[in-house]
Amino acid sequence: MKKLNYPFSQEQMKELKVGDMVLLTGKLFTGRDAVHKRLHDGIKPPVDLKNQIIYHCGPVILQDPKTKEYRVTAAGPTTSIREEPYQADVMKDYGIVGVIGKGGMGAKTLAGCKAYGCVYFHAIGGAAQVLAEKIDKVNAVHWLDLGSPEAIWELSVTDFPVVVTMDAHGHSLHAEVEASSNEALKKLL
Amino acid sequence: MALKQNKKKDKKLLVKKKPIKKTVVKKSLTKSKLNTDKLLDDSLLELIRVTSAELPNDVQKVILEALEREEKNTTAAYAMNIIKANIDLAKKKSQPLCQDTGTVIFYVTHPVGLNQTKFSKLIKKAVVAATKKGYLRQNSVDSLTGENSGLNVGPGHPAIHFHEHAKKSIEVKLMLKGGGCENVGAQYSLPNTALGAGRDLDGVRKVILDAVFKAQGKGCGPGVLGVCIGGDRGAGYIESKEQLFRKLDDKNKIKSLSDLEVEIVETSNKLGIGPMGFGGKTTLLGCKISALNRLPASFFVSISYMCWAYRRQGIELGSSSTIKKWLY
Repeated sequence: MKKLNYPFSQEQMKELKVGDMVLLTGKLFTGRDAVHKRLHDGIKPPVDLKNQIIYHCGPVILQDPKTKEYRVTAAGPTTSIREEPYQADVMKDYGIVGVIGKGGMGAKTLAGCKAYGCVYFHAIGGAAQVLAEKIDKVNAVHWLDLGSPEAIWELSVTDFPVVVTMDAHGHSLHAEVEASSNEALKKLL
Repeated sequence: MALKQNKKKDKKLLVKKKPIKKTVVKKSLTKSKLNTDKLLDDSLLELIRVTSAELPNDVQKVILEALEREEKNTTAAYAMNIIKANIDLAKKKSQPLCQDTGTVIFYVTHPVGLNQTKFSKLIKKAVVAATKKGYLRQNSVDSLTGENSGLNVGPGHPAIHFHEHAKKSIEVKLMLKGGGCENVGAQYSLPNTALGAGRDLDGVRKVILDAVFKAQGKGCGPGVLGVCIGGDRGAGYIESKEQLFRKLDDKNKIKSLSDLEVEIVETSNKLGIGPMGFGGKTTLLGCKISALNRLPASFFVSISYMCWAYRRQGIELGSSSTIKKWLY
C-alpha cells in the first residue's frame, strides 16, 4: 500500500505503476459530465486545477438547515468512460495530475496520461459509504447551477483508497483485461 | 402535488367543523382514511430507506462467496473487501450503499379495485420525502433542458408498474438501478453474423457472453444479469428487469433456461474480467432468464445488467397499510 499526500505533483504520479494500491490524503475536486463539457468548451474553471486531482463523482450531499454546512453522505465514483472525449484535453489545458473514477478510460486518455504526467486511479464502484467516510470535510462548492451531483465539490480526504489502473507510462490494466478476456471469449463462443 | 394534498386536507378539516351530530360518522371515516394514507406513506418511505441502505440476504451471500474465491492480496480481493465493508457500513449508518441511487422502479401487485392514481401519488410523495432525507440522490434530470428538479419526480420518474392479482394482499417491490450498470445493458437481434449467433439457445448464449465481455468492469461487477428472450424491444427490456426480482437461489422451472443460467455464470467467470474489471475469478454473481413469445420476424435478446450493489426489496402491506412482511 502506497501513500500519496497533498500537494500532488507530476513527479509523484510518474513513480506510480498499474496495480499500485494507493491511499490519497489531501484535496480532491469532484467533476463529472457537465463539468468536463464546460471545461472542454473553454469556460474558465472557478478554481485553479493545476496539479490537482479530479474525482468523477456525483455525491449525495445534505446541507444543515441551520449552520448551512454541507455533509457528504455517499460518494463513490461514477463511470469514467463518458469523459473520454474530454479528459486528455482537460489534462493538457488545466494541468491536472490525477483522475479518480471507475471502469477505466480509453486510448485517448491513456495517451494523455503519458503526455501530461497524469494517473488514472480506480476507486471501488458502489462503495459510497466506505469512500464517504474518508472525506473529512467539504471545503467549498462551485458551479452548483449544474445541480448537486454535477457541481464541483472541493473535498478534504484522508487515506482515500484507490488502485492505479492507468499510469503515466502508457500501461492500462483495462486494455490488458479487455485483450485477455477477448481471447478467452473467442475460445468459448 | 404536496400543496394540492394539503388543500384537500384543509377542506376535510373544514368539514369536521360542521354541526356535531352529522359529522360524527364523517369525522371518524376521514380520520381513518388519513391515517391509512399516512401509514402507507411511512411504509413506502421505509421501503425506500431499506432498499437504498441494505442488500438482501441472497445477494450478500453470493458476494461473500465471491470474496472467498479471490486470491488474497490481489486488487480483486481488495475490491471485494471494500465492497463487504461498504455493505456493513451502509446498513449501520442507514445511508445509501451507492451514491447513485439509480432509476427508482416500483412494481405494485394488487387486488382488483386498487386506486392506482392515488397509489401513484403516494409513491411520488414518498420518493420526494426520501430524497429530502438523503435516502435517494437528486437523480432526475430534464432530458431537454438538463435541469434537475431535485425531487426525483418528473416524466417517467419514478417508474411505477401495476399488476393485478387474484389475492387480497398488496405487494410493493422496489428496485434502485444505478446508471453505470444500466448503461451496459444491451439488446441483440438474432441472427448476429459477427458473433455467429443463430436463432437458438446457443445463439442466445453467445450474445449474452458478448454483453458480459463488452461490459468489462463498467457496470460495477461482479454483476447479475436479467435476460429476456423474445418479446418486442420494449417488452423485452421490461421483462429482463423483472427477472432481477427473482431470488438468486431460485431455480428456473424451464429446464433449458435453468441450464443456460448456470452455464452463463460459469462461462462468464472464465473470462477473467473480475471485480471492477481488475481481473479475477468472479465476473458474474448470477443470471436469470425468461422467454416471451416473439413475432416470426423478430428474435430479440434483451439483457439488463445489475451491479453488485443489487438494491431490491419488497413489502407486503397489512390491513392498515403497515408493513406486514419483507419479501427479500
